[in-house]
Amino acid sequence: MRSAVIVFPGSNCDRDIAVALQQITGGPVHMVWHKETHLPDVDFIALPGGFSYGDYLRSGAMAARSPIMREVVSRASDGGPTLGVCNGFQVLTETGLLPGALMRNADLHFVCRDVGLRVENADSIFTNAYKAGQEITIPVAHHDGNYFADSETLDRLEGEGRVAFRYLDNPNGSARDIAGILNTKGNVLGMMPHPERLIEPAQSGFGGGTDGRRLFESLLNALVTA
Amino acid sequence: MKARVHVTLKSGVLDPQGKAIEHALGSLGFSGVGHVRQGKVIELDLVETDRAKAEASVDAMCKKLLANTVIENYAIELEG
Amino acid sequence: MTRAIAQPITPELVAEHGLTADEYQRILEALGREPNITELGIYSVMWSEHCSYKSSKVHLKKLPTAAPWVIQGPGENAGVIDIGDGKAAIFKMESHNHPSFIEPYQGAATGVGGILRDVFTMGARPVANMNALRFGSPDHPKTRHLVAGVVAGIGGYGNCVGVPTVGGETDFDESYNGNILVNAMTVGVADTDRIFYSAAAGIGNPVVYVGSKTGRDGIHGATMASAEFTEDSEEKRPTVQVGDPFTEKLLIEACLELMASDAIIAIQDMGAAGLTSSSVEMASKGGVGFELDLDKVPQREENMTPYEMCLSESQERMLMVLKPGREDFARAIFEKWDLDFAVIGRITDTGNLTLTFKGEVAGDMPISSLVDDAPSYKRPYQIPAARPYLDPHDVPATNDPAEALLKLIGGPNLSSRRWIWEQYDHMVMADTVQRPGGDAAVVRVHGTNKGLAISTDCTPRYCYADPVEGGRQAVAETWRNITAVGAKPLAITDCMNFGNPERPDIMGQFAGCIEGMAEACAILDYPVVSGNVSLYNETNGKGILPTPAIGGVGLLDDINRMATISFKREGDVIFLIGESNGHLGASLYLKEVIGGNEGAPPPVDLEAERRNGDFVRSLIAEGIVDTCHDLSGGGLAVALAEMCMAGKMGAKIELKDSPLPLHALLFGEDQARYLIAAPESRSHQITATGIPATKIGRVGGERLMIGGALDITLSDLQSAHQSWLPAYMA
Repeated sequence: MRSAVIVFPGSNCDRDIAVALQQITGGPVHMVWHKETHLPDVDFIALPGGFSYGDYLRSGAMAARSPIMREVVSRASDGGPTLGVCNGFQVLTETGLLPGALMRNADLHFVCRDVGLRVENADSIFTNAYKAGQEITIPVAHHDGNYFADSETLDRLEGEGRVAFRYLDNPNGSARDIAGILNTKGNVLGMMPHPERLIEPAQSGFGGGTDGRRLFESLLNALVTA
Repeated sequence: MKARVHVTLKSGVLDPQGKAIEHALGSLGFSGVGHVRQGKVIELDLVETDRAKAEASVDAMCKKLLANTVIENYAIELEG
Repeated sequence: MTRAIAQPITPELVAEHGLTADEYQRILEALGREPNITELGIYSVMWSEHCSYKSSKVHLKKLPTAAPWVIQGPGENAGVIDIGDGKAAIFKMESHNHPSFIEPYQGAATGVGGILRDVFTMGARPVANMNALRFGSPDHPKTRHLVAGVVAGIGGYGNCVGVPTVGGETDFDESYNGNILVNAMTVGVADTDRIFYSAAAGIGNPVVYVGSKTGRDGIHGATMASAEFTEDSEEKRPTVQVGDPFTEKLLIEACLELMASDAIIAIQDMGAAGLTSSSVEMASKGGVGFELDLDKVPQREENMTPYEMCLSESQERMLMVLKPGREDFARAIFEKWDLDFAVIGRITDTGNLTLTFKGEVAGDMPISSLVDDAPSYKRPYQIPAARPYLDPHDVPATNDPAEALLKLIGGPNLSSRRWIWEQYDHMVMADTVQRPGGDAAVVRVHGTNKGLAISTDCTPRYCYADPVEGGRQAVAETWRNITAVGAKPLAITDCMNFGNPERPDIMGQFAGCIEGMAEACAILDYPVVSGNVSLYNETNGKGILPTPAIGGVGLLDDINRMATISFKREGDVIFLIGESNGHLGASLYLKEVIGGNEGAPPPVDLEAERRNGDFVRSLIAEGIVDTCHDLSGGGLAVALAEMCMAGKMGAKIELKDSPLPLHALLFGEDQARYLIAAPESRSHQITATGIPATKIGRVGGERLMIGGALDITLSDLQSAHQSWLPAYMA
């Protein structure tokens, strides 16, 4: 499985997600600079966490307008598997690939901690290695993770099974405890929690799980056997 | 020509920062303050001298970058 | 000549620049003429306490700085130690106290930015940030605002640049009411064959400016950091710089990209006193002159004068000397990252710093006079007499030990700092293997199984009671904390925060702390490799507690053999390592429960520290022990409570008959002690060694029970421990 990680100025989880992809999928990972206009021939695109353009103006707003994003939007619209984590999720909503917006956390503080999630949809290319309803632990680290969409959109997301993950104990005020959502076709996932930060026992100080790993294993299942 | 763009959250969108300001004003003793909403102001210097063209251009900037119309409204003010 | 250059130099102007009449006389002699205003400004910052260490350098020389693993000791941007396999750890701690008091968010943020630059300028990728914070009394009207601003500023900067903030310490004491302390530390990792230094070389080589443009921000930050606060200091707000962590992130990536080539001869960040101090330091270390064309300096504001450009403390800027002909190669990298790049001058053989502006000479000063002729003062000092030992029998007992424990772990100084560290991204880079809340933070050396253990510590109430003992203890405590996770302590950085050095009692605190630190560093093989001095932390004549904050770094050979403080298995046997004498002088029990602060601090037996620590570390390395916690403020009872809370498991402790009173056994702060826990089957490997190891109880249940004295449920411990800070900040 070949992956691309888009690097915006201010991305800071680009290396982390590249390491996770390399370690778990074994395939090559291309780091693609935001000023590029062409993507390499890959099976999967990741938009990493960080503070693209300092998150000045709005989180993800300026990154969403960078040259490479035209190509990302076109691939994703054609069904290309695309994951946005944290700032990547914010970029995806700013491009319109995913509905809604990520607003300032309800308590106004940046929050970094392990959070409990429920896997709401275990059928997607991103989540098939989990069980539906499974409770998992993955860390969050963000200032703007408060998911907002109007109630019709929220109803539609829920009705179509497009809520991938929900918080067990909402850390940021997100509507209906939403932590991650899929697009209509199910090939684009945006999520605030960072699966790449919990893929091996050392990352929890040998005292917790490695629940982030399954997300990358899901991709491997879906994209390599497909 | 100078353009001033006011970006505000749409009504119905929760504004935690506005809420915090309202709370802080209350605790400072300013009573009778309600519905505090925080927004931002973006100032631009334009080479364009034609008002209508300037307005159209700034409107496009707002739609494309300066405001996120999922959650935000914007208003344009031109000077000079 | 421009108006600014022609400004006459009056005695008032000299005084406003913080220079004494004697110091001004030295300038006249060095130049052989009257300085112009730009030159006066440059001398004033180079000779300020902050840049010249004029009050402290005679004492700093006493600190041990060498060990076989030290690659670079004090004197460079940061210290460098060898961590094996061709890698080096590069680190330093620095204060940003005065700016943080005036504007807490930006002051703290730019403090983080500055220390990051000190580390990556040497070729290291920053891998961890720490901070040591000290605020005034929680009751003081400004404290809450300052805590909120400083924490948000540290998070705002560190989170954005993507370097994890993995730990630190936060204390409250009324002596900091008018002078908070914000000490930030960065640790980076570099290849030992790609370390960059600041000594300029090669006559004619280009001097290059990169990063952000220069504005009028922060002019005179260095002189501000060298003066006492008075009532009107808050008027100085406009001189505080504003940080741009996004630009810093770009600067890190651009510099590291350029450093992978062979284009750089020397590099230095522009910190306090900006362009001036960086060019003077680079030229001085290389024994060369610099000629700078100020018209070429990228400027953010219009009509800037030479004075303003030389003294600006605009952030996120670096100065480099490049190999000739490599300018275009370097320029392409910085332009890729959307950063300014300008050749602003060249190296000369004159030995002078020569500034030109609009075709005229705006300043011309011998570099040696700016550095070597800086005053050095042997200020009179008086180390305070040692306080008498306080017999624990003379310290009032508490009639409710459980309540005393809850008060300690639920009070300002020992309550959980979760509210703070959850606002810091402590996991970015995905190598944090021991998160905040333990004895030391541990970050994995990327791509290996090695770990760097980091701890910052200081106990100012001990330093006040006895500076020498307090100095020893501050060093020993970082050593112990690093040992408690299983790592070998290698070296320290220090941040010496004190009051006005012109007062003999304050200078005595400084000299005393240095003496104690020097002794501890020598005996523990734990040299000082970098540091910073912050004096004049004093408002209207009232100084802070002496606070020599120590940042220690150690190496864990295998992160799979690491200890944490949490109890892990029901039935594990708990041992107390080290001797207990019930020392309650200058203790937290005395301060928080009884309401006093008398007596000598606990004596630090450095040989016992070493013996006990080496033993504990060997138990962890051999896989016998994976649960360990050092004993410090609040003693045995507090350490047990913390281990229970971290592991969500209770413990049952039996106290043997002892001549010591119960409150001294529970809360005494004797040094060189650890608690460890291990399965029963390994007990004999712990006791059969000659090191004092007392079996005191077992892990299990949902309560902490200590003899018949104390019985508290885990949930009561947790709610006391977790609630104080969020409630205070709400």
